[in-house]
Amino acid sequence: MGSYVPGTQAEREQMLKAIGMEREEQLYADVPEQMLLREPLDIPSGMSELEVRNRMMELAEKNRLYKTILRGAGAYDHFIPSIVKYVPAKEEFLTAYTPYQAEMSQGILQSIFEYQTMICQLTGMDASNASVYDGATAAAEAAAMCRDRKRTVTLVSAAVHPDAINTIRTYCYGSNTELRIVPCKDGKTDMDALKEMLTPDVASLVLQQPNFFGQLEDAKAIGEAVHAAKAMFILSCDPLSLSILPTPKELGADVMVGEGQCLGLPIAWGGPYLGIMATLSKHIRKLPGRIVGETTDDADNKAYVLSLQAREQHIRREKASSNICSNEALCALTAGLYMAAMGPEGMKEAARQTTAKAHYLQTELCKLEGVSLKYKGEFYQEFVTVMPKRDCVLAALEEAGILGGLPMGENEILWCATEKNTRAELDRTVAIVKEVLAK
Amino acid sequence: MKLIFEKSVPGRHSSLLPACDVPAYELPEMRQEPLDLPELCENDVSRHYTQLCQRVHGVNCGFYPLGSCTMKYNPRIDEEMAALPGFTNIHPLAPAASVEGCREVLELAAKYLCEISGMDGMTFQPAAGAHGEFTGVLLIKQYHASRGDTARTKIIVPDSAHGTNPATAAMCGYDVVNVASAPDGCVDLDALKAVLGPDIAGLMLTNPNTVGIFDKNILEITRLVHECGGLCYYDGANLNAVMGHVRPGDMGFDCIHMNLHKTFATPHGGGGPGAGAVGCKDFLKKFLPKSALMEGEGSIQVRGFAGNFLVVVRALAYLMTLGKEGVPEASTNAVLNANYLMEKIKGTFTPAFDRVCMHEFVLDLSEFKKETGVSALDVAKTLIDNGMHPPTMYFPLIVHEALMLEPTETESRETLDEAAEIFRKLYDLAHKDPEYMHNAPHHAQIGRPDEVGAARNPIVRWTRA
Repeated sequence: MGSYVPGTQAEREQMLKAIGMEREEQLYADVPEQMLLREPLDIPSGMSELEVRNRMMELAEKNRLYKTILRGAGAYDHFIPSIVKYVPAKEEFLTAYTPYQAEMSQGILQSIFEYQTMICQLTGMDASNASVYDGATAAAEAAAMCRDRKRTVTLVSAAVHPDAINTIRTYCYGSNTELRIVPCKDGKTDMDALKEMLTPDVASLVLQQPNFFGQLEDAKAIGEAVHAAKAMFILSCDPLSLSILPTPKELGADVMVGEGQCLGLPIAWGGPYLGIMATLSKHIRKLPGRIVGETTDDADNKAYVLSLQAREQHIRREKASSNICSNEALCALTAGLYMAAMGPEGMKEAARQTTAKAHYLQTELCKLEGVSLKYKGEFYQEFVTVMPKRDCVLAALEEAGILGGLPMGENEILWCATEKNTRAELDRTVAIVKEVLAK
Repeated sequence: MKLIFEKSVPGRHSSLLPACDVPAYELPEMRQEPLDLPELCENDVSRHYTQLCQRVHGVNCGFYPLGSCTMKYNPRIDEEMAALPGFTNIHPLAPAASVEGCREVLELAAKYLCEISGMDGMTFQPAAGAHGEFTGVLLIKQYHASRGDTARTKIIVPDSAHGTNPATAAMCGYDVVNVASAPDGCVDLDALKAVLGPDIAGLMLTNPNTVGIFDKNILEITRLVHECGGLCYYDGANLNAVMGHVRPGDMGFDCIHMNLHKTFATPHGGGGPGAGAVGCKDFLKKFLPKSALMEGEGSIQVRGFAGNFLVVVRALAYLMTLGKEGVPEASTNAVLNANYLMEKIKGTFTPAFDRVCMHEFVLDLSEFKKETGVSALDVAKTLIDNGMHPPTMYFPLIVHEALMLEPTETESRETLDEAAEIFRKLYDLAHKDPEYMHNAPHHAQIGRPDEVGAARNPIVRWTRA
């Protein structure tokens, strides 16, 4: 068996003696007899490191690795520079706890301060927190942040990611508040329906840009309608797209949320990811989670600390703005590192190529007979097609090592491309679809 | 040290992407605001982050007895396994037949953790301990709702509890009933009985409790709560004391969260990502969260997809390494180390409870402060100068001037001896030169920061001068 206990048998006996005991069982004298486990745990015996490696590799090999991924829907296979994989593995970053002791945690605190700044630069917002769990929880926390005694209802566009909708619904269920879904029309949030739903009890609207179907919403006009009804506008954005698309600030958002996975984190079967949350200065004291602030030490040197802690659970207990404490700090560090490694031009180029490849794939697919575009609005990275023999098409792609788009409805596919996909890959995909449809 | 923005040089960059091989596409509406991110080459970036990491104290740097946080060694093999492309490059919405390995990771981890906790079902969707609490209390809420029992509006939380417990209960729409602890930090049975009634949805408790004592009355406590129709939630923050010895399920708890980033050795990453696996008894399984997109609608959901999967991979590698022999051995040695360290410190600083502890213990410095004027904070800050991460300070709230120490099982006797020696040294120093300790640390990255100023005038981002 494996063990990380350094003490030898002799040392342990001496330590027991030092505390006045003879047997290890005495350590558990407070546990009532009838509860103590009599039998060993029913799990396998421990293994050596070599055996564990072999066993885990067997498990990893049971998963299929696709050469080409054309599926997004909340998890985007973008290029990750090598340095972005190496730096977060440094043991100091990896094995530290939350930086409660500022005097020995300046590195972590500064990395978060830099991350917060980069998120502000990217989004145009004034203040970011140190991260929350993922994009879905960021949206749910934002909805909670916008509620007050009079305005308790959260509106969510039906074109928001289904997992985010369900997460917001769950958080609303927790707080006994109401969630109402704003319907879609032609793959976008229905403005007329929204205007009717903006009643005086509405606290906020959650909109996603680009939305779940890939469509670019008329976010600015929607934000204006929300503000006209004195509600708050929560905009969920793809952070990489913001290097070229209008910022949430430009679109009038009060709170920006987003899934930060596209900033240097692997798709990793769903996690760990990164919940981004940023807002305007006037709302900063309502923002949940850790926030790092700049201050000075007793010798007037610049210093970073966990700040505005009066919002948090360890001080406020049941009156806290959220119960969150551990977040995704190392993922935030990774995202900051990604933005630094890519630089402003690298990020813009990744976003431009992403949208170029997606439009190339869409154009080529829609040249095929029988394939049509479901929603006709502008899109960034994802689009929905309608075609016959949908399942045969996806199966044929799989056979060729290509993970096609996400099947939806009866004959729809939600496609996604990124800067990683080469023209050759996209051409090959189109050729396979053509072949299946011609059969 | 300079911020990364202050190192930026216009035009500097790394060559990462090829030229675009498809026609460009002009989006109709573009960002107007300039994108002011740092411009650096790879070497600049590498040096910057290396400098940052030299200003961090991790478990690998030295002793980290941060009570309640279980700062045990994070094995490297677990990191290597979590970096396998067969785990990192898997799309969460890939067809079921192509992700059998991922599913098996979750199934095995669930099986082992159910056995350790005495539970029947498990979810890995929650991303941290507090998130697990939220999920667990929502199981309780759904259970009562499914029975049409709408009168239960309160959750009981002892005054020794972690701050997340009352915050969680409030997020789940419950009123919090605080119950005072008995003098030994355990649940006061009379105080508990006084608040039990048809309005109680449940109780949140950790055992061993936050002063490191195993509550002997636990079966009576859970029985009383059940008798009044409530359910019992186990906060797994202190599970490292009892693995393989006694199970929360056998103590009468109905649901539990376990911090994989504490008890199961996955790294904290400077504040996450963690994973708060939530287990429950059979009758609550139908209320566990699911991903709407992966598994269909109709269940609660606390985040996207299946949770922090790579954290579960690490925990599984750890569990496979320890196995049925190593899991109880880890707990035994966590308890042994805590008792040994407490014994060594005795005679200088005073334990709040002078008796056998579990995996952690609390020092009460209130008398010491009266004598010397040196506070728990001063001691903590002086420890920093000695290369040790301070213990948890001023928690639990029921002990004044508290320092809470949790050495974990992965520390050697030499480390504990050295730590005790440092405590002894500081005890003497406080009596000789208290002023020195009021101003500590003296040799750290920074002196004491002005936290009040930071909160009054929040500067939460760099701005170009």
